[in-house]
Amino acid sequence: MQFNVDWLKQWVAIDLAPAELAQRLTAAGLEVDDLRGVAADFTDVVVAEIEACEPHPDADKLSVCTVSDGGGERLQIVCGAPNARAGLRVPLARVGARLGPDFQIKRAKLRGVESFGMLCSARELGLSEDHSGLMELPADAPVGANLRDYLGLDDAIIEVDLTPNRGDCLSIRGLARDVAASCRAEYTRREIPPVPAVIEDGFPIRLDSPEDCPRYVGRVIRGIDPAARTPLWMVETLRRCGLRSISPVVDVTNYVLLELGQPMHAFDLDTLRDEIVVRRGRAGEKLRLLDESEVDLDEDVLAICDGRGPVAIAGVMGGLDSGVGDATTAILFESAWFRPATIMGKARAYGLQTDASHRFERGVDPAGQEAAVERATALLIDIAGGQAGPLLVAEDREHVPHNRPVTLRHARLEAVLGFRIPPPDVEDILARLGMAVERGDGQWLVTAPSSRFDIEIEEDLIEEVARIHGYDAIPEAPVSGELAVGSVSGHRVAPGRLRQELCAAGYQEAVNYSFIDRRLLAAVHQDVRVLPLANPLSADLDVMRTTLLPGLLSALGRNLRRQQGRVRLFETGKVFLQDAELSEIERVAAVATGEALPEQWGVPARPLDFFDVKGDVERLLSLRGAEQAPVFEPATLAWLHPGAAAVIKLQDRAIGWCGAVHPAVLKELDIRKAVFGFELDLEPVLKRDVPFAKEISRFPSIRRDLALLLPNDVSYDQVRQASAAAAGPLLEKVVVFDVYQGGNLKEGYKSLAIGLIFNDVSSTLRDEDVDPLIEAVVSELGQRLGAQLRG
Amino acid sequence: MNAVTDLQQRALAEISASADLRQLDELRVRYLGKKGEVTALLKSLGAMEPEQRKSFGQSVNAVRDELNEAIGARRSALEELALERQLLAGKIDVTLPGRGERRGGLHPVTMAMERAIAIFTKLGFDVATGPEVESDHYNFEALNFPPHHPARAMHDTFYFGDGRLLRTHTSPVQIRVMERGQPPFRIIAPGKVYRSDSDQTHTPMFHQVEGLLVGKGVSMADLKGVLHTFVNAFFERSLAMRFRPSYFPFTEPSAEVDIGWDKGDGSEPGWLEILGCGMVHPNVLRACNVDPETYTGYAFGMGVERLALLRYGVTDLRQFFENDLEFLQQFH
Repeated sequence: MQFNVDWLKQWVAIDLAPAELAQRLTAAGLEVDDLRGVAADFTDVVVAEIEACEPHPDADKLSVCTVSDGGGERLQIVCGAPNARAGLRVPLARVGARLGPDFQIKRAKLRGVESFGMLCSARELGLSEDHSGLMELPADAPVGANLRDYLGLDDAIIEVDLTPNRGDCLSIRGLARDVAASCRAEYTRREIPPVPAVIEDGFPIRLDSPEDCPRYVGRVIRGIDPAARTPLWMVETLRRCGLRSISPVVDVTNYVLLELGQPMHAFDLDTLRDEIVVRRGRAGEKLRLLDESEVDLDEDVLAICDGRGPVAIAGVMGGLDSGVGDATTAILFESAWFRPATIMGKARAYGLQTDASHRFERGVDPAGQEAAVERATALLIDIAGGQAGPLLVAEDREHVPHNRPVTLRHARLEAVLGFRIPPPDVEDILARLGMAVERGDGQWLVTAPSSRFDIEIEEDLIEEVARIHGYDAIPEAPVSGELAVGSVSGHRVAPGRLRQELCAAGYQEAVNYSFIDRRLLAAVHQDVRVLPLANPLSADLDVMRTTLLPGLLSALGRNLRRQQGRVRLFETGKVFLQDAELSEIERVAAVATGEALPEQWGVPARPLDFFDVKGDVERLLSLRGAEQAPVFEPATLAWLHPGAAAVIKLQDRAIGWCGAVHPAVLKELDIRKAVFGFELDLEPVLKRDVPFAKEISRFPSIRRDLALLLPNDVSYDQVRQASAAAAGPLLEKVVVFDVYQGGNLKEGYKSLAIGLIFNDVSSTLRDEDVDPLIEAVVSELGQRLGAQLRG
Repeated sequence: MNAVTDLQQRALAEISASADLRQLDELRVRYLGKKGEVTALLKSLGAMEPEQRKSFGQSVNAVRDELNEAIGARRSALEELALERQLLAGKIDVTLPGRGERRGGLHPVTMAMERAIAIFTKLGFDVATGPEVESDHYNFEALNFPPHHPARAMHDTFYFGDGRLLRTHTSPVQIRVMERGQPPFRIIAPGKVYRSDSDQTHTPMFHQVEGLLVGKGVSMADLKGVLHTFVNAFFERSLAMRFRPSYFPFTEPSAEVDIGWDKGDGSEPGWLEILGCGMVHPNVLRACNVDPETYTGYAFGMGVERLALLRYGVTDLRQFFENDLEFLQQFH
């Protein structure tokens, strides 16, 4: 809601500077978004008349004007505006006038002709964006008058961002009531005298859907002068409130809407047939609206109809054919009350947000229809003449809402706010808000005025009292409450610990949107069961991600293009898997590219490989404790290099993957370096065992190293498992210390060097204890896996 | 006699000239070893006259002792010299950079989130979570937003076209927590939320921390106290705070909270909105089978990005989601 302070002051006796008023409004819950002057901060601009206007001798587009500024002398002024003409009254910035901090009007010579001042456009005065020509003032504007005084420009515009519950403040009158209460100022009750009927013309009005529209007030006015023009004061007031002047009839309805908060409509009476019927729309009905769009109606929409069919969408917009035009001389005013629930969402559904629908959705004073018509009638007759018919009131009393008394208990007020407001102060606040207060035992019975239709329950009153008393007065209680031990689980790794571990491994945390380009998911072959948004912000954010990988890969690619050579990123977040049911699964994922280590001295540079990233995964999983080691099984995953892809399993349950991203995927994403990554379900990763101490051996261990020649397709895991099975419980640990392929090795074979470490908790092992175990291992490896000892 | 003195002079000279422990050892063997020159002289005693033997013996023994001592001293000196050399050889340039992986870092939004969680946890709040794909019921209806209510227009919502939507706030977790249990409740719900809005000050996804405390005798004064405590703890300084009346369908009275913020650039400190809050609306309590006559409560919700912007001096919200390493690496 945008309004000018001078108008507000007609309704409430305040003497506050605009900035102070803005602060008070905000403190009372009417948040001020903007405060500005109605015009630029200029000086010494007066109303002047162009008495003569001759072409400039040396310039096609300039003219030389003889101007009167009310003094005795005539001023010669050179002017470039196309509308400069004799007889026109315009703003004149005299020599010495200031139009801005660095803009002072001086005597000048334009193409050889002297000029003593400047005739101004509206934009030059900060009044509007109009710079098409001189600002044209009315013919009766007093020549010589200071323009600021004449147009009342020492006024301010305030925009308040009203919350949806404060529909009552969507008018000057409503704002004035609230300001009167919050600033302890006098509300100026402005009488709206009824306009007596001078003609008998009426129009039948029928309420066929009284629960949607229980009140509809109308009035016929005939004999309007179609040539009449809206007076400057009203044009200016509308402008300051953000509305453009259109025609006297429309301007009057807009003026009343702003002043009293009651949306009105005016039909061209001559286009209406038979009667007005307010009823639900019917499927198949169509209506061309004032904005020339054609809409389909149905049962959900409330329509205003005449004998032929719909002429307006109730509370939203009137029809084009029944609207007032340049030739209209007879009108029917409409001032109705529509149930907010009926209007809610309709404007949005039609893509039409209007000042009327904005108010009806939030609620309008159900007792304010007649006053609005009376006010509009008086204004219109003043401006455009005409004869008013009688007030036409159609009403279904049963459905007109009225405020019931609401109980406010002293104890409840204090309990909710946490401090006591003395009862006389409470009563004073309620009275200032126009509420009728009846004292009871430890409570009040409060009835809100019809304009405060939002007051329904005790909490509404508590909020009102607190708001007007001032939220600043609410004390701050020290934090208190029973102490309780929140859970401190030893069976769960804190997610923060996991993130720290990844940071320690050189990964930087990234946060990507949860929605992603479907094509990115297609690029990693994960577009099968996606959950698409019905109203995505853009095509590249259209489906919920099913994996964290593409977001991370895109971020990695962007960083590579920004000349980062080594990129390591991780992310934790949800993926959305839509099967019969939707699963939201928390995951952790990482991608890495570049050298294995940051560039440094003394360590040979080496590109990152699978085992670097696998090591990161292993360290991450070791947060769970050492009990169940994860298993990395070779796997075929569409987004990974077929030779360097592993599924990670914990106790036979797949919890994620690790591998080299498939070169085809990288190509698709325009990434020209090898990328490795992993992705894990978070829940199993965070589950851990509380460590439980075992007996440790005090005896020395024995280590035996074996150099094995193995067929290429035998995996290390097979060797480890076979060794463990053959060696039995004394084998404490197996380590790998060399893997070698090629060179002088037999084609199809590789060399694997392992160390077997034996230990016993109860005695010192001797060679004779270990020798047979080694023999068993060598024989097992030979028989089962085709391994030979290398000489 | 001369022979002994000569030997003594020669041996002493050689010992003091020995360059390393090996040479010194050779000298020891040459003079004092089983076949050494001093040993040979001692062996020759047997063939001497008793008188001569005595005085000769004494002087040879004296030479032997003296040489032993000289060798010992020389050994110490040489050992010290060797250590000195070894240490000299081990001198390095300690200003060269260390080796290994460089630490990565946390995202600033995570840092702010973890910080908020840590503070509220200390204040006795438990962490609760809920789904990000929500129903209209939990995101709106149960929070006292009737269908088509204009309050919904403040939440530009992403829909899936089948009644489901992306939660526009973390407030649905309030409902889920209250439905599951019995009062009192004291929880925070951190998480991602979504609104269909994208410009300089809005991103379609952002993070919130919701708070809910329901119990007996909980008042707006308690709410004010806990929020001011939080704000001061989060920013580690004493900040001015103000409550402004506002409106949320699920709280009444409702407030928006501003803090007095000094940008540190010499400009006037101004009020900055950082969160919304209020007393839990009786309709919401009733919908969760909590009797509003017995229990009252407060709820609040804050944007984590806003907290992170202020705490870490970030000026452009959108940087949070661009994942530019140059930006991210500033945080750790």
